[in-house]
Amino acid sequence: MFALSDLLPAREQMALTLGVHIILVPFGVALPVIVLLAHYRGLRRGDEVAMLLARRWSKVMAVLFAVGAVTGTVLSFEMGLLWPGLFDRFGAVIGIPFAIEGLAFFTEAIFVGVYLYGWKRMHPWAHFASGVPIVVAGVVGSFAVVSANGWMNHPSGFSLDAQGRVVGIDPMAAMFNRATLYEVPHMLLASYMVAGFVVASVYAVGMLRGRRDRYHRLAFGLAFGVAALAAPLQVVVGDVAARGVFRDQPSKFAAMELTTVTGPDQAMHLGGVLVGGRVVGAISLPGLDSLLVGFDRSTVITGLDRIPADERAPANIVHLAFQVMVAIGTALVALSAWFGWSWWRRRRIPSSRWFLRAAALAGAASVVALEAGWITTEVGRQPWIAYRVLRTRDAVTAAGGVWVSYLVIVVLYTALVVGTIAVLRSMARRWRLEEGAQERTGDRPDPEPVVAP
Amino acid sequence: MNAADVAAAVLWTGVVAYAVFGGADFGAGFWDLVAGGDTRGERPRALIDRAIGPVWEANHVWLVFCLVMLWTAFPPAFVAVMTTLTVPLSLAVVGIVLRGAGFAFRKASVAIGRRRVFGASFAISSLLTPFAMGTVAGGIASGRVPVGNAAGSRWTSWINPTSVLGGALAVAVCAYLAAVLLVGDARRLHDADLEEYFARRAVVSGAVTGVVALVGIAVLAADARRVFDGLTGRALPLVVLSAACGGWTLVAVARRRRAPALSTRVTAALAVAAVVAAWGVAQYPDVLVGSLSLDQAAAPKVTLTWLVAIAAVAVIVLVPSFALLYTLLQRDALDDAATSH
Repeated sequence: MFALSDLLPAREQMALTLGVHIILVPFGVALPVIVLLAHYRGLRRGDEVAMLLARRWSKVMAVLFAVGAVTGTVLSFEMGLLWPGLFDRFGAVIGIPFAIEGLAFFTEAIFVGVYLYGWKRMHPWAHFASGVPIVVAGVVGSFAVVSANGWMNHPSGFSLDAQGRVVGIDPMAAMFNRATLYEVPHMLLASYMVAGFVVASVYAVGMLRGRRDRYHRLAFGLAFGVAALAAPLQVVVGDVAARGVFRDQPSKFAAMELTTVTGPDQAMHLGGVLVGGRVVGAISLPGLDSLLVGFDRSTVITGLDRIPADERAPANIVHLAFQVMVAIGTALVALSAWFGWSWWRRRRIPSSRWFLRAAALAGAASVVALEAGWITTEVGRQPWIAYRVLRTRDAVTAAGGVWVSYLVIVVLYTALVVGTIAVLRSMARRWRLEEGAQERTGDRPDPEPVVAP
Repeated sequence: MNAADVAAAVLWTGVVAYAVFGGADFGAGFWDLVAGGDTRGERPRALIDRAIGPVWEANHVWLVFCLVMLWTAFPPAFVAVMTTLTVPLSLAVVGIVLRGAGFAFRKASVAIGRRRVFGASFAISSLLTPFAMGTVAGGIASGRVPVGNAAGSRWTSWINPTSVLGGALAVAVCAYLAAVLLVGDARRLHDADLEEYFARRAVVSGAVTGVVALVGIAVLAADARRVFDGLTGRALPLVVLSAACGGWTLVAVARRRRAPALSTRVTAALAVAAVVAAWGVAQYPDVLVGSLSLDQAAAPKVTLTWLVAIAAVAVIVLVPSFALLYTLLQRDALDDAATSH
């Protein structure tokens, strides 16, 4: 009784807490790379502007890492507070990646402590080196957590006996499930794109307001450069991922593409919604869906008609989310190409105000794409918590009172998001004031190298 | 020792580490809470900030480690604990969010009003979280968590004599441990005033902890018989060790002995570690007292083997890393640069 009524708030709470956490992930995984690039340049070339950027960015990283550590801890509680049914049956199957993630998180937390507090007193290169394990741990941790998510989409590494008991457990096969192979690079590249585009967008706004000094240009170039390298790779990985979903999760794929009737020569739908089993308002590109997924218009794609009604994902949400992600991703690749062209030909950031306006939007857009991609994966998996093995409703807690905890979480996370934004904005304001003061007094950062490389 | 025992030992090492490192951290927050107004509390708060700034995140990963170990190695125990004790665990979650965010935000803020709000959020939750965790420990130790998805009582599982004892003891122990550690920090910085300040607080909180522990003997005898028998039997040496370390630390701090700062730090930590270890030994071989043994709850051997292998890698990676972090901290190589630039 409780189980049914608590399914909705439990899903809402999970969606909210994970939806917030996933925005922080890029700043724990990829921002350290951008910080270290600036740091390296600062040390190597005695570039004081780069050093200043690295120091300031590391302070942003400190705040976001702390918030991410907190929201990540909440998620590990929610595994038991909300979804005990998953771990009751499959904890022994999918626990190992979480243990690896725990190890990575530990390493990350330790070296974040060393790196953030080591600016003044440590040997400069030793201090730089203390940032490197953060990057490695970010990659390992992402791999581990995303592989657990991959398992939920493609459960493997066990079998079920006649009574439905879990037997023949192989934790390695579970971790290296087929979805892991494309989900992990997809999420890693997304992290690099989001961190790069978001940081760059801040300086794009500054440049649009006339602050086109070296500080802004260098900051923009470093961050945007990282994102622009990741963006085209993401096209390739995303394409592999889509075909992986086609192969492994026909119900999700049918929802993503709004494929209603099984058959060959499926059209690709741009936009559109499913109303009463029919696609309305879409631009149809005949045969393109089959062509893209199987390189042949005769490729048969399973439609919603072959998916039992109680095993269908909410197609409109999944389709909309998928298209938003692809559209934004494509636009970001185009923007990256513009940047790349200008850099290749003229060694500089495109000077067009239109480029800067687009770059200023790219930060928020990349976050929207990240969320949309995540919605595609997770909502597209429904009604299963583990695809075709365990339904979400059968995994939910029987403790009751989830509405209460959901409301508390809504209030808490609103305060958390508002607090994070307020703190970051006041940091930025403080830095701008410092810049202004330095310009007035002529007390610019020392152009001489402080540290001999 | 079978694989389940090894996994349990690894898990309990995590619990002990969380009690010591997380506990010291929570205790520092407790002293932040009671440090008084902006002017009076400024210097102790600055010392607390400095002492836990670089380490607090790492100290709290132990908790995640324990959760992961529990759900992978002993899934039915994880499910039973998380669902029956949902209320105090949710309170702990609230505390964890407010605490981490409050601390990080305060550090990054300059405006006094804002620092006050974030500081209060950090300090109050430093009280809430260990209390909630203590009630969880009490619920498990007194056998109020049966197997199943929310099979136990939502309320009496954590509002009961042993849980109240657990909560009170957790808060007292954290405060005591932190005060002793802060005495050492103040001494290292040659701040005689603060050394005296925290020494007084260490003595008071040490005495309170002792009283709570003595009352606790009666509570456990009446309410948590299995664990009481274990603590007075098999685990007695650890209990004695804990009492001796706690008592010795108290006397050393009370007499303002200029003993090397390290020795009181070690004995205070040892007192906490020994009592938590004693609880584990007393409860063995049950993971849920009276209803589930380690062997019954354990995941298949292949999973446990992988888990222990990862724990071994963790030791190889984390021990030197932690050593580096704490060494740099002790040498004052990790100085706070958060408010400059």
